[in-house]
Amino acid sequence: MMNKSIEVDRLVVQRGRSTVLPGLDVAIGAGSITGLLGPSGSGKTTLIRCIAGVQQIASGTVQVLGEPAGTPRNRARVGYVTQASSVYADLTVEQNLRYFADLAGATRTRIDEVLGLVDLVSHRSALTGNLSGGQRTRVSLAAALVAAPEVYLLDEPTVGLDPVLRRDLWQLFADLASDGATLLVSSHVMDEAARCDRVLLLRDGHLIADDTPAGLRADAGTDDLDEAFLRIAEREAA
Amino acid sequence: MSRTLATARRVLQQLSHDPRSIVLIAAMPSILLLVFRYVYDAQPGVFDRIGPQMIGLFPFIIMFLVTSVTMVRERTSGTLERLLTTRLRRGELIGGYALAFAVAALTQAAITTAFALWALGLDIALPWALLAFAVLGAVVGTALGLLASAFARTEFQAVQFMPLVIVPQILLCGLLLARDQMPDVLYAISWALPLSYATNAFTELASSDSFSGDLLRDLLVLIGFALVAVFGASLTLRRRTA
Repeated sequence: MMNKSIEVDRLVVQRGRSTVLPGLDVAIGAGSITGLLGPSGSGKTTLIRCIAGVQQIASGTVQVLGEPAGTPRNRARVGYVTQASSVYADLTVEQNLRYFADLAGATRTRIDEVLGLVDLVSHRSALTGNLSGGQRTRVSLAAALVAAPEVYLLDEPTVGLDPVLRRDLWQLFADLASDGATLLVSSHVMDEAARCDRVLLLRDGHLIADDTPAGLRADAGTDDLDEAFLRIAEREAA
Repeated sequence: MSRTLATARRVLQQLSHDPRSIVLIAAMPSILLLVFRYVYDAQPGVFDRIGPQMIGLFPFIIMFLVTSVTMVRERTSGTLERLLTTRLRRGELIGGYALAFAVAALTQAAITTAFALWALGLDIALPWALLAFAVLGAVVGTALGLLASAFARTEFQAVQFMPLVIVPQILLCGLLLARDQMPDVLYAISWALPLSYATNAFTELASSDSFSGDLLRDLLVLIGFALVAVFGASLTLRRRTA
């Protein structure tokens, strides 16, 4: 039995009168990359916010590393990168990272290390607001990396990146996982699912598949993950 | 480095990348004071009497606006949500903001006081007390701005809190009419407003040549207002939102 770092049990989230998550059960193993796939509006961000501990929940439990989500201890161990880059546009790259490093008690050498990991060494003195969208996304990711958390919650971290950068970042995610970190990465690009150890397919707040990429292909009877998603979604709807 | 200090430094670094705002914060009260001084050019006694109150009022208004808009920007940019998932405590965040803007307020009040004394020839016996109250007024403005930002969803709303929070205080603080000559209800309300104490102190400073017990009371009450507003602001920060 694999060690579970994230356990979501009968999670219900309501926003206004609508139910975003109607009772979700998810377990995610330590030291792995889990892809959270699904169309926009399916509840991916809401689920991630629950695990980060910033979402009001109606009922159910969310345990992270054996403790409820959002406890002070977990806030030191969980890194959350929001979908829109949430770093300060009016600070330089280095000033941003230094602030997040100070909050986490990380060292200056860690900042240099992280700048290398996200390939922004030459932009360290640039004002974050003057960078391209893809560069800002990487600053936002770097702000989580400086804290070296045990769990990474990455909400669409590769949107707007060119293919080379996307490949490099997925290599970085794989390295983090092999060092023992747990990654939950949301995406709506199916070809990214192939790079995950496990894939969760979310649709209207329901988990319609929870399998390895190979398992999904076999289950749907196709090698194309896009097609596999369509077949599974149609089968569920029927 | 503590997380409060790291936050204060970050806020000041953000300000340092915005030279126009720095100039506005540093020079605006002095410019307004200059205008005020020459409006009453024909009656020099008026500036000596009401000038000190303006030194208290202008930084109070400006720091309220600057703080509330900055804090709302933190909310709307998504950085607040992110900060609340880190080890940063809510009190540390608000404390960091208060500290950073207190530094800005100190700078602003020092420039304004110096300008009033030396350039505009304000005649006052206790310039250090004047400076202290100007700083305190600005800090109370900052603290109220932090508190008000909790109730504003957008920067547009935050700006509109200015007339709501500040204008009634200007009307009731004794600047237009001595407070004890107002109707009982308004007089009672005026006791609950920080600007009343600031105005009282500046009125006293304009005429007195020693630090009276009344001034000490005003000083302590204003510090109390600042602490309560900062504490209230940290309570209104919600970690979990819908």
